[in-house]
This record gives sequence, C-alpha cells and structure tokens, in this order.
Amino acid sequence: MNTPDRRTASAIAEALAAGETTSVAVTQAHLDRIAEVDGAVRAFLHVDAEGALRDATASDERRAAGHPWSPLDGVPIAIKDVLATRGLPTTCGSRILEGWVPPYDATVVARLRGAGLPILGKTNMDEFAMGSSTEHSAYGPTHNPWDLDRIPGGSGGGSAAAVSAYEAPLALGTDTGGSIRQPGAVTGTVGVKPTYGGVSRYGLVSLANSLDQAGPVTRTVLDAALLHELIGGHDPLDSTSIDAPVGDLVAAARRGADGDLRGVRIGVVRELGGEGYQAGVLARFEESVELMTKAGAEAVEVSCPHFVHALATYYLILPAEASSNLARFDAMRYGLRVTPDDDPDHRPSAEDVMRATREAGFGDEVKRRIILGTYALSSGYYDAYYGTAQKVRTLVTRDFEAAFEHADVLVSPTAPTTAFRLGEKVDDPLAMYLNDLATIPANLSGVPGISVPSGLADEDGLPAGVQILAPAMADDRVYRVGAALESLLARGWGGALLDRAPELTGASS
Amino acid sequence: MSYDDAMAQFDPAFGLEVHVELNTATKMFCGCPTEFGAEPNTQTCPTCLGLPGSMPVVNAKAVESAIRIGLALNCEIAPWCRFARKNYFYPDMPKNFQTSQYDEPIAFEGYMDVEVEGETHRIGIERAHMEEDTGKSLHVGGSAGRIHGADYSLVDYNRAGIPLIEIVTKPVLGTGARAPEVARAYVGQLRDLLLGLGVSDVRMEQGSLRCDVNLSLTEQDSASLGTRTETKNVNSLRSVERAARYEVMRQAAVLVGGGSIRQETRHWHEDTGVTTSGREKSDADDYRYFPEPDLVPMAPSREWVEELRSSLPEPPHERRARLQAEWGFSDLEMRDTVGAGALGLVEETVAAGTAPAAARKWWLGELARRANESETDLGSLGVTPADVARVQALVDEGTLNDKLARQVLDGLVAGEGSPDEIVGARGLAIVSDDGALGAAVDHAIAENPEVADKIRDGKVAAAGALIGAVMKEMRGQADAGRVRELILERLR
Repeated sequence: MNTPDRRTASAIAEALAAGETTSVAVTQAHLDRIAEVDGAVRAFLHVDAEGALRDATASDERRAAGHPWSPLDGVPIAIKDVLATRGLPTTCGSRILEGWVPPYDATVVARLRGAGLPILGKTNMDEFAMGSSTEHSAYGPTHNPWDLDRIPGGSGGGSAAAVSAYEAPLALGTDTGGSIRQPGAVTGTVGVKPTYGGVSRYGLVSLANSLDQAGPVTRTVLDAALLHELIGGHDPLDSTSIDAPVGDLVAAARRGADGDLRGVRIGVVRELGGEGYQAGVLARFEESVELMTKAGAEAVEVSCPHFVHALATYYLILPAEASSNLARFDAMRYGLRVTPDDDPDHRPSAEDVMRATREAGFGDEVKRRIILGTYALSSGYYDAYYGTAQKVRTLVTRDFEAAFEHADVLVSPTAPTTAFRLGEKVDDPLAMYLNDLATIPANLSGVPGISVPSGLADEDGLPAGVQILAPAMADDRVYRVGAALESLLARGWGGALLDRAPELTGASS
Repeated sequence: MSYDDAMAQFDPAFGLEVHVELNTATKMFCGCPTEFGAEPNTQTCPTCLGLPGSMPVVNAKAVESAIRIGLALNCEIAPWCRFARKNYFYPDMPKNFQTSQYDEPIAFEGYMDVEVEGETHRIGIERAHMEEDTGKSLHVGGSAGRIHGADYSLVDYNRAGIPLIEIVTKPVLGTGARAPEVARAYVGQLRDLLLGLGVSDVRMEQGSLRCDVNLSLTEQDSASLGTRTETKNVNSLRSVERAARYEVMRQAAVLVGGGSIRQETRHWHEDTGVTTSGREKSDADDYRYFPEPDLVPMAPSREWVEELRSSLPEPPHERRARLQAEWGFSDLEMRDTVGAGALGLVEETVAAGTAPAAARKWWLGELARRANESETDLGSLGVTPADVARVQALVDEGTLNDKLARQVLDGLVAGEGSPDEIVGARGLAIVSDDGALGAAVDHAIAENPEVADKIRDGKVAAAGALIGAVMKEMRGQADAGRVRELILERLR
C-alpha cells in the first residue's frame, strides 16, 4: 500500500506554488488512495478520475504560465452529492435521482471550478440529507475511518470520511441541523456551517431551505477558512444570500493559530451539556475550555432556555419545508420512473406513475418526514405546528442575542456522543435525532459554527468535537477561536489528532 | 327555464377571477424569455423547470407592473408582503407547488366603476396578487384533446413561470338582470385599463387574459348568498356574458326543481354555449400554503409607490368623459364607440387629423361590419388609424367618393398596401380630367337625344339621367360635379 498524501490543503497549495509538486501528481495520489481504501470506507458515490486529472492538467498549465486562478488552484476536492454538478451524477443518496446528471453547476461548484480545484467525485450522504449516520443512503452506509464498524456521522458522512481517510484534502458539505459539524466531530475533522446566507444555496438540492447552508469540510481550521473564502459571498441567483463581503477569514485563522485568546469571552451554554452527553465527550470539552482559559480567554456560563425546544421546533420546520421541496420528484421530467403494471386492463395515469415512483424511490426516513411535514402544514394544524415552531424559532434567536451580549463566542460539545456502531440507532428515529441536539440551534437562528476535534474519549478511544458558535456574519470569530483551540490542543498532542487514527488496511468489501 | 323566469324568482351574485399574463421580457422567477408561440420547451432553464437545487429570483419589472395595476384599481399597496407555496401535484407544474401570493397580496381593497347603459356599478376589488403560470398539457389521442382516454400527454413548459396577476373581485350584488352584462363590461373595461397601462397584451384568444366566473343565486329578498359555482376559462367578452347567463338559468332550473347547487368548478363550452360539471370543489381543498423560504419578503418603498402612482395613465372613465366632450359625441354615440372597442382607434384616427364624426363613421360602420363578417375584432383587422385618416383625407380632397373609399378599405383588409398604393393599383381615383369626361358626356348626349332636348328646353333636373349614364360608363369614378357642369355647358 502506498503512503497517503497527509498534507493539509494549505501545505499542498504552498508546494504547488513553490513548484515542488504538480496538481496532476497530487490529484493522482488522492485517486490512488480512493482506489485503495474506498472499498472499505465507501465515502464516494461517484469518482471522476478522468475529469479530475483533466482539471489538474489545466491547473498545472496555468501555474506554469504564471496565472493560477486562486490560492487553492490545483488542490483537489470532494463534493457532497447534494450539490448539483454539471456533467456529474447527483443523486442526493436517493434512488429517485439515480442516473440524473444536472445540466448546471451549483454556484459553490461553479466557484470551485472557477478557482481551479479539480473535482475528485461526489460523496455519500443520508438520503436527501435526512440522518446523522449516512445509514439512510440508498447506496449503503459510509464507514468511519477510525473504526469501520462505526458510523461517520451524517448526513455528510461521506465528505467527512473522505477527508478523514486522506482520500481528499478538502470537501464540501451541507449543514441543515449539524450535517457538517457532527460528522466532523465523530471523524476527527474540521467542519464549518457558515452564517445562513453567507454561502449561496443555488444548486444545493433543498432539504429545508430556511436551514440549509453549504460549508467546508477539512482537516484544519486554516484549510476551512481558505475554502470558505472561495465559496462565500453574494450570489444574485440566491435571493436569501447576503449582499456583503465574506470577511477576512484566512487572516482570522492565521491570527488564532498563535494560541493567544486574551480578551476573548467564551460562553459555555448551560443547556448544551450534562445529561445525555457521553462522559468522555464532556471530559474533552471541559479540557478544551480550560485550555482556552489558560490562553487568556474569559469563560462565562450562559443560559439559552429555549434551546430545550430546539429539537422539536426543528422537526416541524424541516419536514414541512422538505415535504414541499420533495414534491417535484414525480417521474415526469427526470430521475426514476416506475410504471405500475399489475393491472393489464388499466393503463396507468400520471398519478399512478407518480405514486409508484415515489413509493419505490424514497426510503423510509424520507417518507416519514414527508408525512410529518404534510401533516404539520395541513389546514387546521398549520398554526399549532408550523406557526408555533416559527415563534419558538424567534425565541431561540433571542436566546442567542442575549447570550452574545455576555460572550464573543459560545461553546459546547458538537455531538453528545462519539461515533456509534452501524445499525445501532437506525431503527430508532428519536435516538438518531438526538445526535443533533447541540448543533440544531445554530441552524434555527442562522448563526455560524465550527466543529474542531477535541481529542479521543476515554471510553472508546474515538474522536470528539468542540463546537464554537458566533453571531451572524461574525464567521471570522469561529475561525480565530477555532484555530487557537486547534493549536493549543496540537501542542499537547504533539501533532494532529488524525495522526492517531488507525491505518486503513485497504479494500475489504 | 327562461332568463326572465329565473330573474323573477332569484337575484344573481357574481364574482370574477381574472388572470393576466404580464408582458415582461422575462419570466417571474428566472431570465427565460416569455415570447408567445415558440417551439415547445425552448424557453426553459433549471429554475422554471424546477430542477433540483434551482432557486427563484423575483422579476422586479413584474412587481412594478403589479403595483401599477393595483394603483389603477384604486387598491392599497402592501408595505410588506411575501410569496407562498401552493402545494398540489400536477404534471404541468414543475415543482408540484405554485409560487403564489396567499394571505399577503401585493394589492388589496380597491374598486373599479363600470358603466352599463348609462348606469355606473362599483365593482369591489378584493385583491390583486402575483403568481407564476404553469406549463401547458397537450393530450394526444382519444377524444378532443381531453385527458380522459388520451393515449399520452405532452407538456410544454415554455409557459411555466410566466408572471401572472390574479385580480379577484368581491361578490357583486344588486345588478339584477344585468348581472351578465355588468360582468362582461367589467372584464372589457379591465382589459382596456390593462392595455392602457401597457402591462399585458391582454389577448383573450392567446390566453394572456383568462377569466373564471363565479356565480350564485339568492331567492329574492333572502339575506344570505347561495352556493356558488366557478366556471373556468371563459375566454372572450361575449362568453363571459353568455356563461353567466347560462349559469343563471341552469341554477334557477335546479333550484326550482327542488335540487341544490353543488359547489364545484364547471367547464364552459364555447361551441354549445353550456357549462358542464368539473371537479367538485370544497373549502376543504388543502394546498398547505406556507411562506416561500427561497424568497425574501418584498417591501416596496412608499416613495416608489407614489412615483408609480404619479405616472399612471388617465383613468378610463375620466378619459371617456374628456374625449366625449372634445368630440361632441352624444351619450349613445359614445356608448356605441366604447362598446365596439373602438375608443382608442377613434382617438388615434382623430389625432391623425380626421374629424371625430368621420372617424366614428368608418370604425363603427364599414370596419365594424367587416370585423363581424370575419369574426375578429377591430384591432385585428389589419387597418390602422393612420390608414383610416388617409382614406378620409382622400375623400375630403375629392380623390375618392364614399363608394371608392369602401373599395380602398377592402384593399386594406386584404393587405394590399397603403391607401395611396391601393388607389393607384386598383385605379380608384375620381376622374375630373375634362378630356376623358368630355368624351363620355358627348357619348351620353348622343345616346339619349330626348333627355338632351329636355335639358335644352330648360329642364335642368333631367341632367341627372345623363350624369348617371356617364358614371356608369366611367365605372363610378367620374367627378359628378364636373360632369354636370360639362353637360350644362354643352346643352345651353
């Protein structure tokens, strides 16, 4: 087995700039790694070796001519399969979109192409991003590179596992209730959910439009900042995108890397900890807070009383929006078409075909949420469910506003537990939903958040994460504090956490 | 049951829902062109096809048109409003929800005054809201393009996403037997208003103005409204009146027979002049409306709204009053002019230099007759106000008489060119040249010696017979006055 390319994206970018390597060599090394380990990890649904190498060749030519398009020109990337990619299959982990090749690029994908990043392929996910384990993918689960019997988190388990297993130096994810941050926590990687509206959603196949946000999946905070600056900023095709500059995130990450947190107030959210959280996860979290305090930060406890209702609120708003978004998958224009043929005397109508296709094309979790959402929006129930949920959402936002009066950033464990075993919660939706307890409030109110690895839990030796949240449009704060914590922890570990992950031993399935 | 019998027992109440396609260059939520009649599915993009991941962006021009329509209908303009999703499955709707306004329309609480036979009826406008059009289904095989029994169906999404304004009236009560006429007059006047605003082509035959007629009957002197039916796609002014009339009679017959009216949608059949039952509609139809999360709320500034208000064209009723005074038309003449849809045509003809009475005479006489014969409207005859003004100028200067002028109109309708080209090509000008006329006069005198003798004897009135003979020989193109002079010169 070849040695994987363990360099960070910023290190690769530096090597490319110095002429020490080529994009073709880097891209090929990652394609080789995918070929070697992805049979076991199953992070990818589609690998585009030819396209990635073609883009890498073009990148090398640009660099030779002295005109790279961006700091990350030539650094390959993997993309969650919920983002539309022209010419590359986009399935959202669902049978109903099997074989669909979009005729257009999502804005974030177009920006990556415009910045010269070769696209390695599309990564696995829970069907239509509904899940916290990637087990709801119609194409089978992704495996956690730390322990192949465990889940890589979800819904973006594919992107996190790909980065964790050195199959890609960078990936894009999307986060509706934690789908970037929670996989980051359980795979020992970094994940950022930007401010809602900070990154274009055009071409992101909507799960819940008012919650979805695309963001970076990387191994370091600096890499996330580099990627965030490329994909962020106003997009006229997305009416909800904010017309403001993305901010100097890379500078914030570099500044944070000195580990100096003097003058920074850190709010520990009382409601995001304690009961329901694994002891080892809490221990790593408390150590992280202590490290930050020693580095000069002032830690305060803050209370966000309405966070206890966040999960229930989320599970009304999300299914409501999703039930409407997923109505378009009806076999009339694209994707799967199932024609019922059990009755030879009755020619199926369009409605018969729609029904049969949706029955066959959607998995159980998707059907469950469509039914929930349809119910929540029904006349006579709307006010009690969807209407009330919107009100609680406002209360959650007020909790954030009050907390940010006392703290510059808020911190909590990212996920209540480390990676659980495949199959352990797949038949227990409520247990599955609890994984997102700490991440959901940020989506409800649109604030940015990062998950940074906090170490390994004592019970199982698996990675845990710390979540850092900042006010809307203050994404730079999560980078500064995230980079500081990352650097303080690395000093203690004597290297990156991922260096302690077990060697993957090649394709097993 | 006859209409009069129905009216003896019942009082009709009606309401109209008019869908207007705006004439913006691009669609409501994307940059696709809106031109009518293009090859199917050539004016589409990821957004109007509802492809996964695509997102809408509101067309600012459509919002402007919506506000102008609202202001022209004396509506309040919402300081803040949103789009919502109307969820239901249908193959011609790419997302299986329609992006529409629901409980927050951009314009509401207005009115329009409609005049019928000298009486003014104030029609309350409940709301005017924005939405997107659906695609168009084409059912192939089976009977007459209906979905039932069709072999297969095709969908053209060129129309999907075209901006629509839906204008909904309040229930209109108290118009009695004139309800069908008032309904027709409202739609006609609304069409003129939209045309004047320049916001829509308002071509009912192309579907850019579509009308649903809601109608119910109440027992005379009853306080509450009866159950209504909604007759869909009544797509000409004449049909609005006919469909309303038909529903009055149909519902009356049902009620008198002891039956009850079902709340339902009905289809209007232009050819047979009847409505038939469609889908049963109840208030339980659940579209699961919720605010469109891909769009941000619209908040038109007061300054903008006032700017749009100040640039509105003259309201139709004020314009009519002004023109009537300027032209000196009687009430009846004015009503006929408006009724024929000729107000703008007459106005432009007058602006091109024609006397108002002459302009009215051509449009309401010869041209209206030709429009009737070819079952089209005056505006679609292919004759412009400038043409009519030129024809009248040729009459005034003596080049044409009325008979020749009518032949020029025939040429115009047939597309033979300008009035002057037609006069030249058809050789229609009056002959007043003494050489040609003299020869014809000499010929007529030689052929009618006894008439000539009478004139020589001083019976000048007998000249008419000779003039007639000359005209006949000259195929009507002789200058009758000059012919008379030549006859008298020769016979005195």
